[in-house]
Amino acid sequence: MTLSATRARPPRRRVALKHTLTSWAIVLPFAAVLAFPFYWMVVTTFKKTTELYRLDRAPFWWHDGLTLVNITDLFHHTPYVRWLENTAFVGIVVVAITLVFALPAGYALARLSGRWGQAAGVAIFLTYLVPPTLLFLPLSRVISDLHLANSLGSLILVYPSFTIPFSTWLLMGFFKTIPPELEDAALIDGCSRIQALTRIVFPISLPGILTVVIFSFSLVVNEFIYAITFISSSHQRTLSAGVPTDLIRGDLVLWGGVMAATLIPSIPLALLYNAFLNRFIAGFTGGAFR
Amino acid sequence: MSEGAATNVVSHRRRRHLLEDKRVLAPVLIAPAVLFILALVGLPLLLAIYLAFTDATSGSLSGHWVGLANFAHEWRNAIFQQALWNTFWFTIISQVIVLFGAGILAHALMRNFRGKWFLRFLILLPWAAPIALGTIAFQWILDPTFSIFNWTLVHTHTIGTFCSVSGIANCSATSPPNWLGDPTLARISIICVHAWRILPFATVIFIAGIASIPNEVHDAAAVDGATGLRKFWYVSLPLQLPIAIVALLFGIVFTATDMTVAYVLTHGGPFNSTHMLTTWAFTTGIESGSLGAGAAVSLYLLPVLAVVAIGMLWAAKRAEVS
Repeated sequence: MTLSATRARPPRRRVALKHTLTSWAIVLPFAAVLAFPFYWMVVTTFKKTTELYRLDRAPFWWHDGLTLVNITDLFHHTPYVRWLENTAFVGIVVVAITLVFALPAGYALARLSGRWGQAAGVAIFLTYLVPPTLLFLPLSRVISDLHLANSLGSLILVYPSFTIPFSTWLLMGFFKTIPPELEDAALIDGCSRIQALTRIVFPISLPGILTVVIFSFSLVVNEFIYAITFISSSHQRTLSAGVPTDLIRGDLVLWGGVMAATLIPSIPLALLYNAFLNRFIAGFTGGAFR
Repeated sequence: MSEGAATNVVSHRRRRHLLEDKRVLAPVLIAPAVLFILALVGLPLLLAIYLAFTDATSGSLSGHWVGLANFAHEWRNAIFQQALWNTFWFTIISQVIVLFGAGILAHALMRNFRGKWFLRFLILLPWAAPIALGTIAFQWILDPTFSIFNWTLVHTHTIGTFCSVSGIANCSATSPPNWLGDPTLARISIICVHAWRILPFATVIFIAGIASIPNEVHDAAAVDGATGLRKFWYVSLPLQLPIAIVALLFGIVFTATDMTVAYVLTHGGPFNSTHMLTTWAFTTGIESGSLGAGAAVSLYLLPVLAVVAIGMLWAAKRAEVS
């Protein structure tokens, strides 16, 4: 018995190994192509400028050792830190506004409304598809009429126009996955519906709400068109508008610093995306596309 | 005094009662979000349509009604025509690449294997990084002098073969391809960057679609003797179709209506050859200050959005039925 068991093991392990190898053979080429620009950012960020512009050496790694000068220059001699602060500030305020509007709406669409609620949910989702490239011209007029041009206030006013539809949709998906019996029990125990909402439903949905926070925040970090349309002075810019306009100007581009500037926000965002990917999928498809 | 308090309690109780009623509570909870969206998406959209019929500029406060003049003028403009074609082809070609790639990747990533989390992390990077910043990395990768591709081609002595096979004009070991300076190469570069950044998202949507197929379906297919290609064609494909279409529609919107990639990579150049409708609308409306004409250019995107919206509704309905 034991003999046959030990004999049976090697082939099974070989099958698992073959399985792993074929998977890697399929996925690795894609991963290499998709991740290459980030490898290149890392190489460039830590390379000395003198070495960066030498064509006689293989550029794929470092020959003269690594340097942190590109990063320290970026932090001390450009408005980069200011852009980080601006982005964080706009992101936090916009996410807060988004939750105030989207939490009740997402819950009501998932639970309280019948057929027309389903239709309203799809309608809100469709507004997420109306792109900023269609709206930035009229909004630029509105922003200047409101005397918000060149201030972060313009972005705080406009960004919820895409984070609210997106978040309402995701939250609707999350709330649908919570069994209604939990609230019914709270209602029978004498809670009002609002109390049931704040004491039972929201705490249970915390992981879903966190997912919405992260993805809304990343939408704000990503936004480019409104940021370059509404804001013209360097110190008021956000990351994704500041780096392409103010760091890349003229022929003399310090690529070491620019690549550091792109790498720094990308890595934490990628880690967060990985951690919350499964929840994102659940919320995204839970809404209607099941 | 006590009478007032009593009515106060009654009205308070009635208000609480009203909030217990789903027919009252639901609109109360939904209305703020809907009003916000109407004010900041609906009204600007109407304003865009109005502006497109006027000669408004960013300097003057109001324009004059000019009818369809902006649309007609742009329709005859060579740069606009180029931008329209670019928008069309950039979208189609990049989405074909994305659908193939995402189909293969999603199926491979459905299985569990050693090191999967690491590969998944690498694959998600282009989606997680801000688009404008990822595009800048390509500006450096495709630099006219220091492009890593050109260095590799020159130092592996394959540049001669590459130039003759690809048929690029003025291409040799001494003048390597100028990826963003040659109109054709610049267009190819923009398409590749679009495909690069959409692929991770499409893969994620595909994975969600495959994962949502219940196991019973696979069991039933096995009982009925469906295997391999037959099973894929008659069982897996029809079930995955709605989600694949959702991924495609998202890809179309994110590519056709995106301005960032083309703007950061080439700024519409060289010689206005790589404009998309979006970058041309920006150049016209913001950089030249012709708000009306710019709005007209961007409104040419509306038919795309209408098609996408109809497709989304179809997919949602189908998913509901199945």
